[in-house]
Amino acid sequence: MNFDFTTEQKEIKELALKFVKNEIIPKAQEYDEKGIFPKEEFKKAWEIGLINTCIPAEYGGAGFSNVDSILISETLAYGCMGMNTSFMANDLALLPIVIGGSHEQKQKWLTPFTENFKIASFCLTEPNNGSDAAGIQTTFKDEGSHWVINGNKMWITNAGHADLFVVYGTIDPSLKHKGISAVVVEKGTPGIELGKKEDKMGHRSSDTRGIRFNNVKVPKENMLGKPGAGWAIAMATLDHSRPLVASSAVGGAQRALDLAVQYAKERNQFGVNIGKHQAIQMMLSDMAMKTEAARLLTYKAAAMADQKIKNTEIASYAKAFAADSCMQITTDAVQIYGGYGYSKEYPVEKLMRDAKLIQIYEGTSQIQRLVIARELLNK
Amino acid sequence: MNIFVCVKQVPDTETKVKPSGDGTFIDTTSIKWIMNPYDEFAVEQALLVKQTNASANITVVRVGSVKDTEALRTAMAMGADDAILVQADDNLDSYMIAKALKGAIDKSGKKPDLILTGKQAIDDDCLQVPQLLAQMLNLPSVSVVVGFEDGGKLKLKRETEGGSLEIYEVDKPAVVACNKGLNTPRYASLPGIMKAKKKPMTEFKLADVGVSDADRRVKYSNFQLPPEKPPGKKMDATDTAKQKDVVKQVVQLLRNEAKAI
Repeated sequence: MNFDFTTEQKEIKELALKFVKNEIIPKAQEYDEKGIFPKEEFKKAWEIGLINTCIPAEYGGAGFSNVDSILISETLAYGCMGMNTSFMANDLALLPIVIGGSHEQKQKWLTPFTENFKIASFCLTEPNNGSDAAGIQTTFKDEGSHWVINGNKMWITNAGHADLFVVYGTIDPSLKHKGISAVVVEKGTPGIELGKKEDKMGHRSSDTRGIRFNNVKVPKENMLGKPGAGWAIAMATLDHSRPLVASSAVGGAQRALDLAVQYAKERNQFGVNIGKHQAIQMMLSDMAMKTEAARLLTYKAAAMADQKIKNTEIASYAKAFAADSCMQITTDAVQIYGGYGYSKEYPVEKLMRDAKLIQIYEGTSQIQRLVIARELLNK
Repeated sequence: MNIFVCVKQVPDTETKVKPSGDGTFIDTTSIKWIMNPYDEFAVEQALLVKQTNASANITVVRVGSVKDTEALRTAMAMGADDAILVQADDNLDSYMIAKALKGAIDKSGKKPDLILTGKQAIDDDCLQVPQLLAQMLNLPSVSVVVGFEDGGKLKLKRETEGGSLEIYEVDKPAVVACNKGLNTPRYASLPGIMKAKKKPMTEFKLADVGVSDADRRVKYSNFQLPPEKPPGKKMDATDTAKQKDVVKQVVQLLRNEAKAI
């Protein structure tokens, strides 16, 4: 068993950390407060290769492993979980093409993302279907040479800026998950109506909207895989992306821990710094243990994906444990900061708000536990 | 065109430095190393020259211990073509380092057209190596450079105390020591990191480049942490009768101890 990273992986992490310290951390608070989309930072991160890590080398990507990708995502999230949501959303949207697309489709839609800075959106969730993804109501109607899309999507990350949407719908609702399919819709296709930008509790720099597809016509060749292949593509995508989301929680937790440790050394009460008080020491130790445990589960889930071992169960452990730990750790960081922690002048309340979403999106902590139980009981 | 960039690996500015057990150097066991930040301006300047002269070859040279080659790999990930590492302890003095750099440049077989360095290393802050190296190579040198134009001759802007600028016209080859403000160093890119793996790195021993212990000019001893800052002085001026005296005392302290007025 080897817990070491390669020299290249260490360098990748160093580069990401340098970028985060110079470009992300100085902006995070302002962008959060004003809800500014981090387009400039997104583009800079793309320029140095931190974005679209899932694109294989033969289509112009860097050919990174899942472990490489989560090292980057963890580090970007250390700077800002909200910005990382925007950055990661590109991978989430492109993964279905990597997993289910044909050679021609990959050339057509993946390669341009390596040549120019572009943004993509993954459109699965609907106003009435979140956790129950198989209950999708968006329809794809066969019109000979075209599919015609009708339906509403909700909570779509990057929607207001996307050049390309990967949209899930059904060719026949009575087929349930066997009818689910995925198509690629390019920006500017008539009938796409963007909703208003959602005013959220956290991840406020990420652009989240509803989208209405109103008789949107896309060519038949825009479907990924065969009609009805969408469910398998979505599930395989989530197996890859759950470690990525978990890594975001690990990055956020590490930030909260680092800030809390620093503050515990600076803040004086009862004549000594509060780090000298056992009550604070107990909290810091628990925060550190949970952060590292979440990290190891996350790396394991990603390493399994790299080794092509089915990781559904471990990926759900990682996603649920990392998200729940991040919530606890960021809450404790606010507690250690006390009144100052509750103020927007200090950085920890943002972490607490940002942590909450990671327990909700890409499969709630409860859904992860259902996935785990299903795997346990069906063995 | 052969460009040499001399880089040093220094402790990360966030690293807590402590003296080694015998006090002859710092304890290097748990230090995170980075490229000396001033050297990043030198690497960037070399890359900018290469942008207008595609045939230019950029070699980065470093003298230091081998356990970590961060600075050279970073420079190659930013775009330098190849690297030379002279294996040596990290506690050489400026003279030895300059002599080793000269030896490495001579031994590379490439005739230098331009040598770029940072103006100083942020660990020992000696500000000597660029000038020593230029002297040994019998080349002109300009330090604290904030402006660089290459029109056959080099036109170099140099910052002086008080913020005024001196402009030098210098024949090539020359040693140019770069300062903050000259350019904005690029990030190494991830594809750059991958490509750097395949770029050649030549390794020399100190003896290969003609340096021995006899070259040592400075012997280090008795490294210590700076004394802890004494706590601030508090004066009680709540009693109006005493206020005049307190003000006098404060003025005295500011004048004699702090030398602020």
